[in-house]
Amino acid sequence: MHKDLEEFQEKLPLKLLDEIEALAPASKLKKVAKKVLEEYEAARIDAGEAVGLISAESIGEPGTQMTLNTFHYAGVAEMNVTMGLPRIIEILDGRKSISTPSMEIFLKSPYNKGEKIREAALQIKETKLGDVVSEYGMNIVDLKIELKFSAERIKELGLTPAAIGKVIEKPLASDAQVKVEGDGLTLRLKEKEEGRGLNALYRLKEKCKEVYVSGIKGVRQVLPVKRKDEYLIITFGSNLKKLFELDFVDTTRTTTNDIHEISEVLGVEAARQAIIDEVFRVIETQGLDVDIRHIMLVADTMTASGEIKGITRYGVVSEKASVLARASFETPIKHVINAALKGEVDTLNSVVENVMLNQTVPVGTGLPSLVSKKEK
Amino acid sequence: MTEVYMNGKYVGTVDNPKDFVAKVKQDRRSGAVSTEVNVYYDDVAGQIFVESSRGRSRRPLIVVRDGMPQLTDRHVKQLQKGELSWSDLVAQGIIEFLDAAEEENALVAFSDQEITPEHTHLEISPLAMLGVVTGLIPYADYIQSARLIIGSRNLKQSIGMYATNYPLRMDMDVNLLHYPQMPLVSTVMHELSDYDAHPAGQNIVVAIMSFKGYNMEDAVIINKGSIERGFGRSTYYKPAVTEELRYSGGLMDTIGMPDKDVKGYKSERDYRLLEDDGIVHPEAKVKEEDVIIGKTSPPRFLSNLEEYSLASNIRRESSVSLRHGEEGVVDFVCITENEEGNKLVQVRLRDQRVPEIGDKFVSRHGQKGVVGLIVPQANMPFTASGIVPDLLFSPHGIPSRMTISHLIELVAGKTAALSGRIVDGTIFGGEPEERIRAELAALGFSERGTETMYNGVTGEMLEAKIYVGNMYYLKLKHMVANKIHSRARGPIQLLTRQPTEGRAKEGGLRLGEMEKDTFVAHGASLLLKERFDSDKTVVPVCEGCGVIAIHDTLKDKRYCPICGENVEISDIEMSYAFKLILDEFKSLGIYPKLQLKSKY
Repeated sequence: MHKDLEEFQEKLPLKLLDEIEALAPASKLKKVAKKVLEEYEAARIDAGEAVGLISAESIGEPGTQMTLNTFHYAGVAEMNVTMGLPRIIEILDGRKSISTPSMEIFLKSPYNKGEKIREAALQIKETKLGDVVSEYGMNIVDLKIELKFSAERIKELGLTPAAIGKVIEKPLASDAQVKVEGDGLTLRLKEKEEGRGLNALYRLKEKCKEVYVSGIKGVRQVLPVKRKDEYLIITFGSNLKKLFELDFVDTTRTTTNDIHEISEVLGVEAARQAIIDEVFRVIETQGLDVDIRHIMLVADTMTASGEIKGITRYGVVSEKASVLARASFETPIKHVINAALKGEVDTLNSVVENVMLNQTVPVGTGLPSLVSKKEK
Repeated sequence: MTEVYMNGKYVGTVDNPKDFVAKVKQDRRSGAVSTEVNVYYDDVAGQIFVESSRGRSRRPLIVVRDGMPQLTDRHVKQLQKGELSWSDLVAQGIIEFLDAAEEENALVAFSDQEITPEHTHLEISPLAMLGVVTGLIPYADYIQSARLIIGSRNLKQSIGMYATNYPLRMDMDVNLLHYPQMPLVSTVMHELSDYDAHPAGQNIVVAIMSFKGYNMEDAVIINKGSIERGFGRSTYYKPAVTEELRYSGGLMDTIGMPDKDVKGYKSERDYRLLEDDGIVHPEAKVKEEDVIIGKTSPPRFLSNLEEYSLASNIRRESSVSLRHGEEGVVDFVCITENEEGNKLVQVRLRDQRVPEIGDKFVSRHGQKGVVGLIVPQANMPFTASGIVPDLLFSPHGIPSRMTISHLIELVAGKTAALSGRIVDGTIFGGEPEERIRAELAALGFSERGTETMYNGVTGEMLEAKIYVGNMYYLKLKHMVANKIHSRARGPIQLLTRQPTEGRAKEGGLRLGEMEKDTFVAHGASLLLKERFDSDKTVVPVCEGCGVIAIHDTLKDKRYCPICGENVEISDIEMSYAFKLILDEFKSLGIYPKLQLKSKY
């Protein structure tokens, strides 16, 4: 770092200092930095500003105008993903399982130019045994099923009957013996004390249809789309961890809308950004104008503990230090009784508690106090 | 196989649904089945619903068979002569009532010209599609149906001559319009419903123009001269009722002048209007707090010794008096007894209501508005011929609501007033607008209904031609006098020591949760505290155990119920609601210990 900038090191963020160094002429560095510092101080929010409440109001008020119905674009190849208020609620509640998980997969060259995109898509999509089998031959006498494969489908997926046999052997181990026979497979019902018979055979037939063969588990649908100059794949169903194992996926840009998955695979910081992006996108599509910093604050509170906490009585509210503040949100009796059992102390440091006691709340004009020395 | 349901319950199946439905209808028309039965055949679901239950709205239609309406000229002549009645037509199956479900299976012709062999019914009159109140709206075929419904809802709230025997009735909470008129633009429904026996509005001159911004957002401006001439003047009747109740032990209330030693005795001034029987005399002017009917009741609980010994003297005051902000004149006093034989006293108060700012007025087209300004006649705009409008209506109320009938009524009313006749504005059959305009032109006015007007204050000519005419306006029962409310100091609730709620209890206006948030967001911490100071209390708190201590005012001593007297006790200021929650915690078996420390 330039020595002229050293005195600003503590006062300005590193990113700004780097920018100043890169853009300003070396001789005027100090002058520029001084001016920047002035602006930076002026733009900073004042101490005692109720930022959380202002954020809540700034998101909540436009939220009342949000339409519940999602827009559908006729003829556009997009999948029906939850948007609007239900989606915002879903994100801010920090739900573990979301209603429409979906991934946006960016591909490495040459796939992103549209070449071999079909193969890529097929590799991503979860294939079950039922998808590749063309004929089920029920052998009632020997209690076995003879599976015939659709040659076309297997070829596309780059599979062979032998390979399939290997994959399905384990999940079916308790019910049947798998044997490769020419172009097909044979499932021979295992000897069992109970349930050996026609019924068991039919049950096996239904069960084997659902057995995983290839692709990524959980991805139920794939849809290649062209966005600007490149092709990408949108999926219904999400499994980022397994997807990243594929070498043609551009892991730097690929995302999912499942925030918990992002947190698991990419870390909380990524999850924080994902919350901001997802919420902001919904607000944008609704034609509302909410400053992104309000959403950032919400995302920060949700992720500050290192894992995702929803804005619910089980999430961030349960983290509040004040018993009275927690009790004033939801299920007051539960909070009060638990606090009594533990002998909790409420230090009355925040807003709600002080409103209850009718004391000045520690924001704005209630924050400063006069300090004087008493003469003895 | 079609399932048959009778009043929603499954009763069986039929093989030939069409024949079955036709048979039921035939039987109904011939009189074999009650005329109140309706059938509905759902051919998609394969279900037949037969309904005879109560609560279905049904409407009459003329039966059409093979393209021929069953009602003939012969019937009409007989009706005119009085040889035939409506119920005869229904009994003969010439007219039948359909409910909403059976209407789905019917094809109703609007007029007899358009009848085809497929039609099953013919509309008696387009007016029959509407109810009685909606039928009162003129030119209803020139208005959105939604507005029509709003209009009819407003009509139901209008003040008029509700009953001609009103002086003899003890009605609760009624209004009476002083000079009601028949509308200049009327409909057939006015005749049918005997509207001249109970009219509810007045014909006034309306100009559609803005005026100094006092008629924006649906407000209207009223000419003070018109009010002085009686426009919108009404009387509000309010009863005061009480009875001598009997209590256990042979005790009972007594209506009469309360003795001075009665518990809760008001000041002598409050009883000044009562006569010897303890009831106000008619035509007495009463104001708030004045007692109307004097009454005493036996004590509620016999608790202390004193009450046992002097049981007769410690009766409780329970008079009926006027509430805060009320006034009026005693109109009628009625002394009678109720079903149980108790003495019942009813007093009817009367209060003249002259239109004031905030009173609600409406035309018949759902164009309601509140009075925004009352302008002296001299300052009102006037036309070249010297006509001064009674009411100014803002033009901004028209485009979004599309109440064209409002505009047509204005010209039609103008033509009616000038030609001295009543214009018929019945739905789908009113006098055509062109004819009215032509007649207006023949009377020497612009056929567009507009006139040159002059500023009442400066005398300058208004640049725009103003659309003026006559309209029927109604005063609605929502008047500010019944709703106005404010409070600075006042009563508080016993439990929470917070202000009471609602106008009747002279309550405060709540600064709620979200309003509180705006104070916090502005950082107006001290202002917020001050606003919530309404239940402020100072409580002595023991510093030893942190529980609320006792201050004995008699001995001027403080002590803690747990730690005793030798402990530091400090006065702490807090909201009474918080003191209350501490008490509730204690009742739950939770020990809320207050740890005190100096604020500074």
